[in-house]
Amino acid sequence: MSDASLSQPLSVPGEAGMGDYWELLKPRVMSLVVFTALVGLVAAPVDVHPFVAFVSILCIAVGGGASGALNMWWDADIDAVMRRTKGRPVPSGRVGPEEARAIGLALSGFSVMLLGLAANWLAAALLAFTIFFYVVVYTMWLKRRTPQNIVIGGLAGALPPLVGWVAATGSLAWAPVLMVLLVFMWTPPHFWALALFVRGDYGLARVPMLTETHGDRVTRRHILAYALALVPVSLALGFTPVAGQIYLAASVVLNVLFVGACWSVWRRDRSAAEADRFAAEKRVFKLSLLYLFLHFGALLAEASLGTYLGA
Amino acid sequence: MAIKVEHELHMRRWGRNLGLGLILAALVAIVFGLTIVKILALGDPDKFQGYDHVVQPMMDDQAGEGGQ
Repeated sequence: MSDASLSQPLSVPGEAGMGDYWELLKPRVMSLVVFTALVGLVAAPVDVHPFVAFVSILCIAVGGGASGALNMWWDADIDAVMRRTKGRPVPSGRVGPEEARAIGLALSGFSVMLLGLAANWLAAALLAFTIFFYVVVYTMWLKRRTPQNIVIGGLAGALPPLVGWVAATGSLAWAPVLMVLLVFMWTPPHFWALALFVRGDYGLARVPMLTETHGDRVTRRHILAYALALVPVSLALGFTPVAGQIYLAASVVLNVLFVGACWSVWRRDRSAAEADRFAAEKRVFKLSLLYLFLHFGALLAEASLGTYLGA
Repeated sequence: MAIKVEHELHMRRWGRNLGLGLILAALVAIVFGLTIVKILALGDPDKFQGYDHVVQPMMDDQAGEGGQ
């Protein structure tokens, strides 16, 4: 190496900064994982040391982030095609696919082992299963094969409240299982509403979303069907020991609003949707976010009030 | 010529190195914190001692007396 070479800029294509690695972990998905896992942990009827609780939630978040990194590694080819995803670190070339895979695998192992040591091994096994389900069952197997991809794959995103509960208690119960069912049944209408107004993207990438394989009409019918199926699940959770009047009241109002919005989407066709730039579909999408946030927020409020009042 | 030459590569990687350093420091803090919490959760200070460091003939005597 000559002296002159020391002052030459080393051109390294795809060199990433910390922000790119952070983006690799899908922080927005991670925020949902953290929130639902936190509710599962706080709603559990046991006292957990705050530091153990913090580490448990951190492990669940990192496990979720690791799944995101592995998803980006595997899906780099289709992410590069879709407008919504082509700016992600791997398709844009800022992070290499092998690097994304290495980070995903390392963080998966780290999060599972640390959760086992901090909380218990049942919670760690559930977290490992969640990562496996998202990466292998959803990303590698279902996503490109069936329009039911997000229905079955949605289980991975639904499991964090159960992992949080088990991290606190070390055992299973009906209440967190209903929390899982709530997120599980919520996922399809949430994503199908999105697919209705970003339809072209999935078509370009040849991802068999319901909108592409069965068309608008069937998708709208499915959205309403799942919204109706969500009602008994969310109300049933209201009759478990972790919920109370706040949750039940919130759930009734949210279900009325959500079913009403899905009903509006079901009643119209694509030409009507295009006429008002998918206003009703976007409303279902936004309302679905609020629906989940407020259901879990109500559980969190009940748990906090219970602790505060010494119940 | 300046004595200290900051190569452009180092400046570019500063953020990444700092981030990695902070993550490693956080990992050490987490493991240390967990150790403290787990030990304090035992409650009885006698349990802090794992009795696995040195031979303690006194304990053998006590066990022997207890067994008689």
